Formats: sequence, structure tokens, C-alpha cells
Amino acid sequence: MLTISCPWCGPRAEAEFSFGGEPAIRPVPAAAVSDAQWADYLYLRTNPKGRSTELWCHACGCGQWFRMDRSTVTHEIFATSRLSA
Amino acid sequence: MHYSGLQLLKQGLFGNTRWAQAWRSPQPQKTYDAIVIGGGAHGLAAAYYLSTVHKVKRIAVLERGWIGGGNTGRNTTIVRSNYFFAESAAMYDLSLRLYEGLTQELNYNIMLSQRGVLNLAHTEHDMELMTRSVNAMQLNGIDVDLLTARDVQREVPLLNFAPDARFPIHGGFVQRRGGVARHDAVAWAYARGASARGVDIIQNCEVLGFRRDGARIIGVDTSAGPIAAGAVGMSVAGHSGVLAAMAGFRLPITSYALQAMVSEPLKPILDTVVMSTGTGMYVSQSDKGELVFGAGLDLYPSYAQRGNLPTEQTIVAGMLEMFPSFRRLKLLRQWAGIVDVCWDYSPIIGPTPAPGLFMNCGWGTGGFKASPVGGWLLAHSMATGRHHDLSAPFDLGRFSSGRLVDEAAGAGIAH
Repeated sequence: MLTISCPWCGPRAEAEFSFGGEPAIRPVPAAAVSDAQWADYLYLRTNPKGRSTELWCHACGCGQWFRMDRSTVTHEIFATSRLSA
Repeated sequence: MHYSGLQLLKQGLFGNTRWAQAWRSPQPQKTYDAIVIGGGAHGLAAAYYLSTVHKVKRIAVLERGWIGGGNTGRNTTIVRSNYFFAESAAMYDLSLRLYEGLTQELNYNIMLSQRGVLNLAHTEHDMELMTRSVNAMQLNGIDVDLLTARDVQREVPLLNFAPDARFPIHGGFVQRRGGVARHDAVAWAYARGASARGVDIIQNCEVLGFRRDGARIIGVDTSAGPIAAGAVGMSVAGHSGVLAAMAGFRLPITSYALQAMVSEPLKPILDTVVMSTGTGMYVSQSDKGELVFGAGLDLYPSYAQRGNLPTEQTIVAGMLEMFPSFRRLKLLRQWAGIVDVCWDYSPIIGPTPAPGLFMNCGWGTGGFKASPVGGWLLAHSMATGRHHDLSAPFDLGRFSSGRLVDEAAGAGIAH
């Protein structure tokens, strides 16, 4: 069981959190977005091996979304931060 | 060397000291007509079919570790073709048919045991949806039977039929041709068959990058030096994103750990494969007597081949709900493989955005059953440069056209 530090609540058990994906910015305006650009945003992922920046949610806690820098190989968590930071 | 009962007797007389090597371990050549990256069952099958079906001459399989050491050696060995959509059914059923002939074709016992794969329904709604799925499968020509609760109880009396069961059993369906096969033997059989036909299987050879002529991929840089190739195929499951990054594109794939585990060995008690979408778990009993089981994915992306404790507890709890009599058993081993999960739980096969490079990936949690067909279809696209009819629906282009083949239910596993 990993201990994950929520930027609002502090250290909590892994089971309280849910992984929310790689950060991506939605292309706009919709009318000007090609199928390929939309597919890129919607489906394609970097899926990095090693250091990764991800969105997580403290789903069974405060419900806030936050950023996590971690390793997908060792599961070491380098930092968690608020999205406004 | 031909394997047979007589050969076994003969070698036994020599104290088993004169068995020939099953496959050669040559040094890599400078150039090949076709290179397959990844020495799992899929990659070795691709090399074998490139040689047998497409008559390609100079073929190499490059494997970073040892053959069959990735997901081929880490799955729960289940084979079946009970998928919903016609495109999937045609593909997975070819795979099962190839499995049915593999032991004879490759003169290597893959220990295919068609003991049936039984899926459970836990609510009336499950049962209605299952009836719809079974109808679709039958229309697709897949031989499955719907079972009542009484049928299920007759087939698997060990299941929890108590009135207060958390997951009451309303019925199920079974594919009798489904079952299990010896996973290592599948890799070894293809390796032996390919090697005998001149395919170079090069282990401990990691691909570090691609060699290009303009946009076109013309070879690979490896830990054993550069190797040129007419066509390059990648069959690396969870590491597909890593190779795609080397080739300069991204894939609609996320890598997760999928756990499996075995109990201590028991006398024969479970003679079929049982799957439940309610608990997400699947279990069978190996020939050694161990219960082999697993369930859903770990909950975040990972390249660590071990899996985490909360998911392991969920898997074990799911199995004990279904089989209370297994409560006293000890776990013998637990491990995980890194699976390449695609958004629609269907594979991606065929050309990549990099000309000269072909892929066979995205099988996610269900790649073992598809080893023969994955190899068959990758070989076809590498040899001809075009899709096989069966792989066309599984082109990467489906993600921009929107024609997904959503097998979230057919995958039969919690995601």
C-alpha cells in the first residue's frame, strides 16, 4: 500500500485515491479541430516508462484533483501539488 | 529432432543427455528481410508464419530478455473466442483454431486442454445481457451455450450457492472449446519451429532505436549493434509506447500491471475455467494442482512487474466470495505482467505512422489467447505491406474515424 500525500489532506492510503490520466489541453474551437487532432487529444497517450506527471483525484477523501510526479517503474512519488501551484 | 514417444524412450536410455537444442542461439546478421521485435509468443508466432506462410527468407526475432519471459510467461493461460462483435469473433476464433492444430503442426505438446470456459451471471440483468451476448456469439459462429443456475451448479458444485451469497448465481454461459494451454510451451514450440526453418532468435538483444532513410524505417539499433531490415514488426505488449516513442509517434495505449497468482497445489477439484464479471476474477486448476487465478487491473499505469497489495486483496476476496471452500489455502506465488490496454479493449494491428514499421499491440489483458492470430496477422502485414481482411478493422485509424470495436464486456475482466 502506497502512502500518497494529498496537497489538501496530507498523507493518506493509496486506496483513497484514483488515477485520472495524463494532463492534456482540449483543443478549441471545436469547429476548427480536425478528426486527427481530436483523436490525438482524446485517445493518444505518451504512456511514459519512468518519470511521469499525472492527474490524480482524492476520490474517497476531499474529492480534489491534484498533480503527481512519480515513477511508473519504481512507483516512487516525487511530489504532489495543487493544480493552481 | 522429431519429438515422439519412441524418441522419449530412446533418450531415456541415454539418461536424457542427448536431446538436441530446441532452438539455435546465433549471432545477429547485418541484414534481414524481416525483423520482429519481441520474443514472446506473438513475436515468435509472427516469425514462424513469416517463414511458413509468406516464404520470407531471412528473419530475426530480437528479444531484450529471454523468450517467453514477459507476458507469455505471466498470464493465466486461458484460451477462448467468446467475443461480442463479428470482427473480434472471426479473429479470436482463428486463433483458437490455430491453437487446436498447434501441437501437431509444431510437433511440440502445448498441452491444450479444452476443458471449457464458464462465465457466471450474478443478477437477472446480467442474465439478460448474457443472453444477448450468447445470441451474438452464436450468430458469429462461436459455439457457446447458455446455462441455468442449476446447470452451473451441476458443472461447478464448489461455487457459492448459499442463499446469502454476496454474488448469487443466476446462470452463465460456457464455451466448450475454450480452456487452457501451457503458456511457456507455446513460446518454445514457435521458437523451435521457427529456428528449424532458419529464423534467428536473438536473446539478450535490446532495441535502442530505429534506423531511418527519410521517414522510412530501415532497421534497428540494438545492444548488439545496428541491424538493417526490409520490414520491422513490433510485438512488445506493455512496452509498445516505449518503442512508439523511439519511432516518433504515440499510441492510444496505457500500460498497467495485471496480477496473477497461484495457490498451493491441491488434488483435482476444478475441471473447467470459471470467470465472473461480478468479482472480475477467473480461476482454473493447473495440471500441477495449483489454482491459477487473477482479476482486474491495478488502478494506475505501471511498468513494475509485480502489482500492488490493495488489488491483490480484491482479487483474493473475489475468489473467496465465489469459492468459500478455498479459504484455507495458502498463496504460493504472486506476480504481474505489464499489459497494453487500448480504449476499446481491442488490439491494434497493421502499419504504423512510421513507414516500414508494423505493429501488433493493444491486446491488453487478453493477449495469450490471441498469440497465434497476432503472429499470423503481423506476419501478413509485414510480408505484404497490407492488412489481412481480419486485421483491417483493428487498424490504428479507427481512433480518428471513430469505428471502435468496443469489447469492454468481451474482454471479461474489470477495467
